[in-house]
Amino acid sequence: MALRALVGVKRVVDYAVRVRVKPDKTGVVTDGVKHSMNPFDEIAVEEAVRLKEKKIVSEIVAVSCGPTQSQETLRTALAMGVDKAVHVEVTGPEYNNLQPIHVAKILAKLATEQKADLVIVGKQAIDDDCNQTAQMTAAFLDWPQAVFASKIEKEGDGLTVTREIDGGLETIKVKLPAVISADLRLNEPRYATLPNIMKAKKKPLEKKTPKDLGVDVSPRIEVVSVEDPPTREAGAKVEDVDQLIEKLKKLGRI
Amino acid sequence: MPSFEYKLSVLKSGHCVNKERINLDMNLQPGLRLLSNICRIRGFASQVQAPLTSERYKVTRGNFAALNDKDLGYFESLLGKTRVLTEESDLEGHNTDWLHMVRGASKLLLKPKTTEEVSAILKYCNERKLAVCPQGGNTGLVGGSVPVFDEIVVCTSLMNNIISLDEWSGVMVCQAGCVLEALNDYLMERNFIMPLDLGAKGSCQIGGNVSTNAGGLRLLRYGSLHATVLGVEAVIPNGTVMDCLSLMKKDNTGYDLKHLFIGSEGTLGFVTKVAIQCPVKPKSVKLAFLGMDNFQSVLETFKRAKQDLGEILSSCEYIDRASITSVTDNLNVKNPIGDFPFYMLIEASGSNETHDEEKLNTFLEKIMSNGTVTDGTVASDSSQMLAIWALRERIAEGLLYDGYVYKYDISVPLTTFDDFVQDVWKQVGDDVVRVCGYGHLGDSNIHLNITSKTYDPKVTSKLEPFVYEWTSKKKGWRSRPSNAQLEENV
Repeated sequence: MALRALVGVKRVVDYAVRVRVKPDKTGVVTDGVKHSMNPFDEIAVEEAVRLKEKKIVSEIVAVSCGPTQSQETLRTALAMGVDKAVHVEVTGPEYNNLQPIHVAKILAKLATEQKADLVIVGKQAIDDDCNQTAQMTAAFLDWPQAVFASKIEKEGDGLTVTREIDGGLETIKVKLPAVISADLRLNEPRYATLPNIMKAKKKPLEKKTPKDLGVDVSPRIEVVSVEDPPTREAGAKVEDVDQLIEKLKKLGRI
Repeated sequence: MPSFEYKLSVLKSGHCVNKERINLDMNLQPGLRLLSNICRIRGFASQVQAPLTSERYKVTRGNFAALNDKDLGYFESLLGKTRVLTEESDLEGHNTDWLHMVRGASKLLLKPKTTEEVSAILKYCNERKLAVCPQGGNTGLVGGSVPVFDEIVVCTSLMNNIISLDEWSGVMVCQAGCVLEALNDYLMERNFIMPLDLGAKGSCQIGGNVSTNAGGLRLLRYGSLHATVLGVEAVIPNGTVMDCLSLMKKDNTGYDLKHLFIGSEGTLGFVTKVAIQCPVKPKSVKLAFLGMDNFQSVLETFKRAKQDLGEILSSCEYIDRASITSVTDNLNVKNPIGDFPFYMLIEASGSNETHDEEKLNTFLEKIMSNGTVTDGTVASDSSQMLAIWALRERIAEGLLYDGYVYKYDISVPLTTFDDFVQDVWKQVGDDVVRVCGYGHLGDSNIHLNITSKTYDPKVTSKLEPFVYEWTSKKKGWRSRPSNAQLEENV
């Protein structure tokens, strides 16, 4: 009884890029800036591929919501071992204001359409740090969720998942179908080797729109302004404790 | 902002992120063992103290004066007590090179902040006949950056001001003590990059790079320092400041004296400021790591890369199996593809990602389909890029783990790289741990390294003059310790 997996991958600004705020304060500069797959999604893809290698999963479908360039991210997933890809095209202001709730609705619809037994996504995206998509997707599907997974094992009809929580590790059992979000220590993603990169070009990549799935992606939020955090001021040195107290009083701190 | 945890994953993937301060959670998985390995290698290197150069090699101290209290008094009045150092613990790092192969016996370390101070120091030393050893980041691998006897070490570490950057022309003027990585970070924020890049970037200083005419990983694309340095300010031995600090790309007035300072290793003058032409930061950078079964494939891939990647080719490095295993075995860095006798690192940078991607993919498809390359990978994000570069940039570090390293930086015809390594293996036989070759294919420059468990004069006698004779037979060039005396007596 091999499972079918749906993996969500997001195209984000590469972690090493020094992000700059646009002069009109409507967002950050993304034009001409290096993008790559969200690192936690890479871990999610890797886990799906490993489950397939262990014959727990029979087919993996990767999904990405965004403009045409999202297809590059899907190609990377295909090169890592995913079987098919679905690109849900979202562009312009709808893309700029795309929120986890929209993506969760899309993933839920696709999970049903693709007859998935398992939905795996990264725990959060490194551009918005939301950590909401997995949880919302589970709610829309009314499926159990195992988030912050650092280990996944098949046990009988369900999965045993070890989760990273504030106090340490928690091990839970979830029935299938289920939604999982991948945490950092789940695995170390493989490099896509050239033969696989070449093979990936021939793998199916389907294009859809949110309308095809019956999902409304009109913006639910309005970005008022995006600004740099305040520049850190230089500290000041004082000679002794008396001066320190005087200074703190002057600043109104004590 | 990337989450704190993801910075840790970069560490896990094998690259030490020097710049970011990270509080380590000690309960983390063995995947983070790497950090302790880094600490361990530092510990290892410092346990083995190098013998004094004056004792190991037959060198004779020149007829220079010896330091006295009056001299110390003068320097203290010039620089202040904090920048005149005589404690052995302060001098230790400056007396020994990064490889812990050679050690001098300097008793005095001076840290000037300005050209005027350097000028006063040299003027005084010239009058007193005190020998001086100019020093930057002390990252040189040929024993040229440290004293041989008791020369005064004049270190540029405090001369680290970036004076100006003309954002129209891309010309940057800075003091000689600026660290290469710091310069690159400063430039990247303003959409430029340094025209050179080396593994030692976190510690090496631009003055030292210029004085040694450092090559590095980008020479293939941006040219040598003779091409990119527009001006040099240096202090000549009698203290006179020579201002050859032109900021113009084209300047035909008078003799082009700056070229004399580039590569003369401080023997003609002490470089204090540099004006350098900085290229625009490329919008797209791609990195491929390839494995092949024979050396002929390496040559064919290189030729193909020049033809198919053309103007976007920015780096072409060659690594043999023995070199890569020094990093994978000794430093626990992962090799993304299988075991091959030869590897290549090809970097392509340009102004248009789509255009570059297409060129790179066409190139890779061709070399894969015709069997030139057996396997390979393309870095999909920055952390993979750093991890792959680590396989090349950390070889010098990995080799230290074997024990003692005999290093030769040599230029020979490209086609003879592997023959060279094989001939040296045959020459040294079983006395060594490994013989390996890696380097800049694009520049015909190979780093030949031999390692043994401990220093063995038998190995040295087998290597020299064999390596030099082999090189001259092929009409090549090799770098040597700058101290001419060492050369005479070996």
